[in-house]
Amino acid sequence: MNFWLEVKEGLLIALFAIRANKMRSILTTLGIVIGIVSVTLMASAIEGLNRSFEKSASAFGAKVLYVGKWPWVNNDDDWWKFRNRRDMKVEYAAFIQQHATSIDAVAPTVSTLRDARYNSQLMIGAFVTGTTWGYQRASGTTIIDGRFFSQQESDGGTPVCIIGANVSDNLFLGQDPMGKTIKVGGFPYTVIGLMEKQGGMFGSFAADNRVYVPINSFMNQFGGHRDVTLNVRVASDKDLDDSKEELRGIMRLARHLKPSQEDDFSINQQDLLLQVFNSFTSVIAIIGFFITGLSLFVGGIGIMNIMYVSVTERTKEIGIRKAIGAKRRTILLQFLVESAIICLIGGLIGLVISYPLSLIVDQVLPTSMPISVVALAIFISLAVGVISGFLPSNRASKLDPVDALRYE
Amino acid sequence: MEQPVVINLQQIVKSYEMGAVEKVLALRGVSVKIHRNEYVAIMGPSGSGKSTLMNIIGCLDTPTSGLYEFNGVNVSDMNDNQLAKVRNKEIGFVFQTFNLLARSDSLHNVELPLIYAGVSSSDRRRRAMEALTEVGLAERVHHKPNELSGGQRQRVAVARALVSKPSIILADEPTGNLDSKTGDEIMALFAEIHRQGNTIILVTHEESIAENAHRIIRIRDGAVASDELVKQHTEQMAVAS
Repeated sequence: MNFWLEVKEGLLIALFAIRANKMRSILTTLGIVIGIVSVTLMASAIEGLNRSFEKSASAFGAKVLYVGKWPWVNNDDDWWKFRNRRDMKVEYAAFIQQHATSIDAVAPTVSTLRDARYNSQLMIGAFVTGTTWGYQRASGTTIIDGRFFSQQESDGGTPVCIIGANVSDNLFLGQDPMGKTIKVGGFPYTVIGLMEKQGGMFGSFAADNRVYVPINSFMNQFGGHRDVTLNVRVASDKDLDDSKEELRGIMRLARHLKPSQEDDFSINQQDLLLQVFNSFTSVIAIIGFFITGLSLFVGGIGIMNIMYVSVTERTKEIGIRKAIGAKRRTILLQFLVESAIICLIGGLIGLVISYPLSLIVDQVLPTSMPISVVALAIFISLAVGVISGFLPSNRASKLDPVDALRYE
Repeated sequence: MEQPVVINLQQIVKSYEMGAVEKVLALRGVSVKIHRNEYVAIMGPSGSGKSTLMNIIGCLDTPTSGLYEFNGVNVSDMNDNQLAKVRNKEIGFVFQTFNLLARSDSLHNVELPLIYAGVSSSDRRRRAMEALTEVGLAERVHHKPNELSGGQRQRVAVARALVSKPSIILADEPTGNLDSKTGDEIMALFAEIHRQGNTIILVTHEESIAENAHRIIRIRDGAVASDELVKQHTEQMAVAS
């Protein structure tokens, strides 16, 4: 007998049976619904975190290297080693620019937190970054209004600034900030540019809360002995790793290191953040899926139980079917389809419930429910149905027709 | 003209284990031949082994020893799936308690053997309709068993037995749950089916029902006690020919 015909007949029988026992089917399904809701929420939270992170991390630029005292990811715990390194100097930027062949632009940055004020509007803890005119090219950030500072403004320490989206919103409340003078840590700066809004996870401290000022005026007003980071953009046609090696050589030269001495600086890149983030999300995933797996397991046991009841109740029917020619496989398939359908219905209900839930969770944690999560939920519910339905279905298929017909 | 042998039972023994040591012999060496287009009644009191014999003839069970040939094919040691196929294609069952699927309408009940035989849906429908018309239920195809009278249910069961054009119709106390008038109607239906060339095996303990058949095999204590032709029918046959 044709396999699809058997499945079709199985579907028909399953729908009959489910309709005949509505309440029981709904209660049985509940376990699966809960399991699928947690799987879906879990998966969409992880998916959402990933997407939001990728968006945020891209702000660091895939082809930008960050040279500084501190590594972003510290595998050995020797904090003092990094602490005791000599400070980075602004002059290295010019040295790198002069010697490197594979880079596009270099800009030193120093940062501090200062309050910003415009008239009566105050923003506490704006992320003030001193840098040079080369920063725009080195970082690849986009100015949506106005311009970045010129070489003259940069070298001369002219009090001009470029502000991030949050700064603009906080201080100007929707007014045009261009040409207005704000006070940064008490010093007046004229706004000449507005950055594009970044959003994402790091938006609050990375880009949207920033005020960029010329590094020379930064050093004068906010203190010179600060940790400098060098942003180095690798030329688009050059390999990142090759460039990193070249940069390492140049830095060793700049720092006058002997061949026997190890590097006393760190070259960081976006990938490092991704690595850290991935290990973080995989821990969430393992714990989350363990819990959801447990709830699905409990749901599966419920299905198995109810399928045993269903098989016993329908012993006579199984006998009739066998008497008129149903093979073992036919009966097996009939009950497997039934339990798969119950679980599938549970899965679909679960999806319908989790969609609005994920929107609520989205207020706290970024979530995203792409078609792959939906497909995963459907696949899992079918799999639970088939696995937990197997033993009862197998028992049904092995019933002796004579005994089954005699059953009342 | 001698008709070919459909059922050939030789020295059929069936024993059941009762506990660890005791063995119950339900059948102790039954040998019977049934030809095509015969109308046979198998009679016997309860406990005689007639149900066991019926289960073996119906390929629902296999004998402990002995040979069972169905249409010349040895079915005594077939496996479950092979037996299922024989039941599906060669045997039409009619039970005392009708044994219809309660949730399905008449049409689907009659279609069921064809579904298991893998017949296409349009073909299935046509043949099921034909069978239902034959038993006089053309007007009741979309009724469920609980919307039908006992006699009508049994007619649906007969239609289901006929639909796959089996080699034998095996009826187990087909009138046992019916009043005598309805029972007579069903027996008339069997007579008609027999006249069309079908082979019918009727299992019963009622003398009056058994007399509808042309041959009566009596079973007692797991063995054939007597096997004789029914006089009135043989005479009719003689007159007819």
